[in-house]
Amino acid sequence: MFLSMNWICDFVDLEGLDKVDLIHRFSLSTAEVENEIFYKGSDISGIVVAEIKSVEEHPESRKLHLLKVDAGSGELIDVVCGAKNVRVGMKTAFARLGAKIGDITIAPRKLAGYVSNGMCCGEAEIGLSDDNSGIMEITDDVPNGTDIKTIYDVDDIIFEVDNKSLTNRPDLWGHYGIAREFAALAGRPLKVPEMDDLTVYADMPGVDLRVEDNLCKRYSSIKVENIKRNISPVNIRIRLYYCGMRAINFLTDLTNYIMLEMGQPMHAFDARKVEKIRVKRFDRKFTFQTLDGVERNIDENTLMICNGDTPVAIAGIMGGLDSEIVEDTTTLALESANFDAASIRKSTVRLSHRTDASMRYEKSLDPEMTVPAIGRFLYLLKKYDSGVKVVSSLTDEYVEKFPPVTLNFDQAFVDRYTGIKIDGETVVKTLTDLGFGVKHEGYRFTVDVPSWRVTKDVTMNADIIEEITRIYGYDNFEVNTALSPLYPIRADETKTDEEKMKDILVKRFSLHEVHSYVWAYNDEQRAIGIPVEENVRLANVTNPNIETLRNSMIPTQLCQVKSNVSYSNEFGIFEIGRVVNGLDENNLCIENKNLGVTLYSRQTELKSLYFRLRDILAELARDIKHLELEFVRAEPTHTYEHPVNLNRVILAGVDIGIIGTVHPTVGNNIDKKGNIVFAEIDVNKFAGVSTKPIEYDEPTKYPTMDYDLSLDMPKEMLFAELTHCWKSDDSGLIKNVSIVDTYDTEEIHRITVRFEFSSNERTLSSAEVQEVIDGITNRLADINVTIKTA
Amino acid sequence: MDERILRMKEEIERELSSITELSELDRLRVAYLGKKGSVTALLKGMKDLSPEEKKVFGADVNMLKEFAAKQIEEKTEILRKKQIEAEIAAMPVFDITAPAADNSGSYHPITLVQRQCEAVFKSMGFTVEDYPEVVTDYECFEAVNIPKDHPARDMQDTYYLENGQLLKSQTSAAQNAILKKYGPGLINNGVPIKAIFPGRCFRNEATDACHENTFFQMEGMMVDKNISISNLIYFMKTMLSEVFRKDIRVRLRPGFFPFVEPGFELDISCLICGGDGCPSCKHSGWLELCPCGMIHPNVLREGGIDPDEYTGFAFGLGLTRLAMMKYGIKDIRDLNSGSLKVLSQFRDDG
Repeated sequence: MFLSMNWICDFVDLEGLDKVDLIHRFSLSTAEVENEIFYKGSDISGIVVAEIKSVEEHPESRKLHLLKVDAGSGELIDVVCGAKNVRVGMKTAFARLGAKIGDITIAPRKLAGYVSNGMCCGEAEIGLSDDNSGIMEITDDVPNGTDIKTIYDVDDIIFEVDNKSLTNRPDLWGHYGIAREFAALAGRPLKVPEMDDLTVYADMPGVDLRVEDNLCKRYSSIKVENIKRNISPVNIRIRLYYCGMRAINFLTDLTNYIMLEMGQPMHAFDARKVEKIRVKRFDRKFTFQTLDGVERNIDENTLMICNGDTPVAIAGIMGGLDSEIVEDTTTLALESANFDAASIRKSTVRLSHRTDASMRYEKSLDPEMTVPAIGRFLYLLKKYDSGVKVVSSLTDEYVEKFPPVTLNFDQAFVDRYTGIKIDGETVVKTLTDLGFGVKHEGYRFTVDVPSWRVTKDVTMNADIIEEITRIYGYDNFEVNTALSPLYPIRADETKTDEEKMKDILVKRFSLHEVHSYVWAYNDEQRAIGIPVEENVRLANVTNPNIETLRNSMIPTQLCQVKSNVSYSNEFGIFEIGRVVNGLDENNLCIENKNLGVTLYSRQTELKSLYFRLRDILAELARDIKHLELEFVRAEPTHTYEHPVNLNRVILAGVDIGIIGTVHPTVGNNIDKKGNIVFAEIDVNKFAGVSTKPIEYDEPTKYPTMDYDLSLDMPKEMLFAELTHCWKSDDSGLIKNVSIVDTYDTEEIHRITVRFEFSSNERTLSSAEVQEVIDGITNRLADINVTIKTA
Repeated sequence: MDERILRMKEEIERELSSITELSELDRLRVAYLGKKGSVTALLKGMKDLSPEEKKVFGADVNMLKEFAAKQIEEKTEILRKKQIEAEIAAMPVFDITAPAADNSGSYHPITLVQRQCEAVFKSMGFTVEDYPEVVTDYECFEAVNIPKDHPARDMQDTYYLENGQLLKSQTSAAQNAILKKYGPGLINNGVPIKAIFPGRCFRNEATDACHENTFFQMEGMMVDKNISISNLIYFMKTMLSEVFRKDIRVRLRPGFFPFVEPGFELDISCLICGGDGCPSCKHSGWLELCPCGMIHPNVLREGGIDPDEYTGFAFGLGLTRLAMMKYGIKDIRDLNSGSLKVLSQFRDDG
């Protein structure tokens, strides 16, 4: 919203103060002002009122005229002018030689053979409006030679307030409310605007008006006849233009002017078209043509203003084409109303049509404002069109008043909330300046909230703190640390494990952390042959590519591998992200936090890559939990899983995830020459396993003995199926077991296992070691594992 | 001296002078001084001599033995030196200026910035809380004083799910749960609530270089008796100075957010120009950084905390924006792209 400093100064005297500084303070205390401030009129000078004394056609040009003008000195100046509206006796804006318009300095200039010693100006040329239809018309009563800046408000400071920062301030949608803030900031009194006395019309007949729907909170109206004026006074047009509105006709301009001044939207109906005002909704759908010529779809929820049963306006949004002010309008039915904010906002969204009026209504305007706005409107109407006649009484249907709010608090409350000392007098002065009614007794304050603040943002004591502190100025705050007691805090275990995982994966295994989206990407997955599985869906997306939440990190990561194939011959990625695995019994999403790891390589064979990933997982378990993982063969449940070598990952008896290789169909779609392995770990389950305390094992002082056994295992037998053969030994002498060699042929699957024996108490004899080994070999024999003898 | 001894001495000297390899020296030592060597053999031939002659001959042979041993030792030393010199001369120059092998992994830039922020807050006694991404309407809106007809609830801003839940549009969705989790400790034992809760948020909007539907925020709050606006300014200034590792000036402007009252927009002095004005701050000297404010009484009440007894402040930092500012990332979409060309550049930056 653009604001005019001249307009603000209509209501508060800021003489002698630095106005730009005040604008900056306003930005820090009230609402955000955009950086650029416009100094209107500063780029023009030397424009005076001049009278056209004679007009001749240019002999060679159809468009140009040769004028003689009097710019106040009595001397007749030759001017060449192309405007259509030139006529003898007309007064206009004239740029004398030496005058400045923007970067141009006016100098004698030859136009089609004739010298022009100055320029007659249109309003658009000197920035007073967007009217470029001809040169400016100035009333006859102004003496020639008068600088236009002395008769019109050309010089002005215009600044823009970010509308978003006014969302909660319905009172700031007009200059008068803004002036109240400037008055409080400057410590100057706020003037009461001049208004027409509406009580004198009390005996007139009322407007036929009935509010039939409580979405309308108040509807005030009055009728006026004998309106003669059609074009607004220059100053009104300048202000509208500076504030970003186009001048249309006098009555429409005046309603807009009141809206920009008081913040109260108004609508001027041609009284010939509106005799019985009814405010209601319809129980059917229909189309309605608004004054911008657009046919709009109206439904059962849209509040309408009607003439009897005929809609004439969409309440609070826009008037209809049929009832708008036209050239020959002389009688006016004025609307100054208040509507339910939420209803207006919803209608605006439904109609996809936001107007200056609806923008204001949706902020919850003060219903008290409708009548003063009419008083102000009539004052200005009579001032500029003295022949008008009010032909009705003020008719006012006040359906619902906002309940008044009185707040009680004490000085201690202010002290506690602010953390600084703001004395009682300052509190009283600040609130009084802002229009609050304040009683201050002892340490207690009783505050009546003014009607224009009660509709939205000041309803409780904390709101009063904002009023006091923002005017006090946050830059003036003494800044203090809190004096709260100290207590130890313990880090969340899942969070701690997550961070450790990231460090291990990045630092030890050189993986890259990636981020992705929480939903499946249909197109990308389809491209590599992974259909999106049924899962909870998004209810309101317009992008068909994202409609289902993901239930696993792996499809996402496989898509990311695909898009990174050109990055390198070998890489690994990981992410700790969220997945949703259906709904629980309360119809709530089952959300899990999963670690996904995917390795890709063109240079490492699949088995080595698979074991690399196995070792990565094992290292996570070993490093963070001091535990060894177990693996259990799994059957594929997703299309991207290769049926062979798919294993559940078990930590301390808990199934925490899966490791596998990619199904050849998907793998070929990603890269025929690359190998891909993946794993997915449930981070919360992982974190839920407690870390095994470190059990220190004093190094023995006695010699250790190694004993190697070469075992010929049946094909398909897994190492995990052997381990019970030595784990069941209870001698306590086996300190370590490792595989030192493997040998595979078509027929043989052979591993050499090294047993390390030692005791902390004595040097072991070969006999006692042999006894343990015999036990192991017996148990191995039971499961058909033979010992290969050298 | 015996002829044979003299001859052998000459022979040894001759052979020694022609030797160039250490291995030949060994062979020489064995040939002359070994158990079956020539010098030893001389002694064996002594048995025919008289005791007098034996004595003289034996002494001479021993002298020869010592002589030979010494000569061999000296020659060994010379050859060893030569060999080391040759080894040194043969050593090639390794070009250490060739690029080092690069096998580093990388952290996501959000992780880096998040860790930096967390470290600051942890050092000031804040807990770090995690929260789900799928939340209820109550958590995201109702509990944080966003009434039913508030524009933030409009369908176009929030991703709703079929089951009526939604993807959290703001980290504030965790406020209620955190107040309830730590409220009893505050009320019963006087332990102030100090928590930060980083997390991923979602907005249903079209994406471009400046807009993402998925982004990270980090919210924080502190609740105790007598927490004031003055404290809020202190904490924000201190924390932000730590986060950016330079002295930051802050400025508060009134701002409207339903979950705080009073609410503020917090600006920081421009990181590029320090406040003098430059293109990054549109010549204002300030950057709008984060919303903050005193926690709304309704939010405290809904979290089971009496707003007449306790006050608190809350703030929200845009981690995504912070990461972009810090690392000069121009296109927000790069962050979720999974592109290793982008992401592999971000090394540990604690």
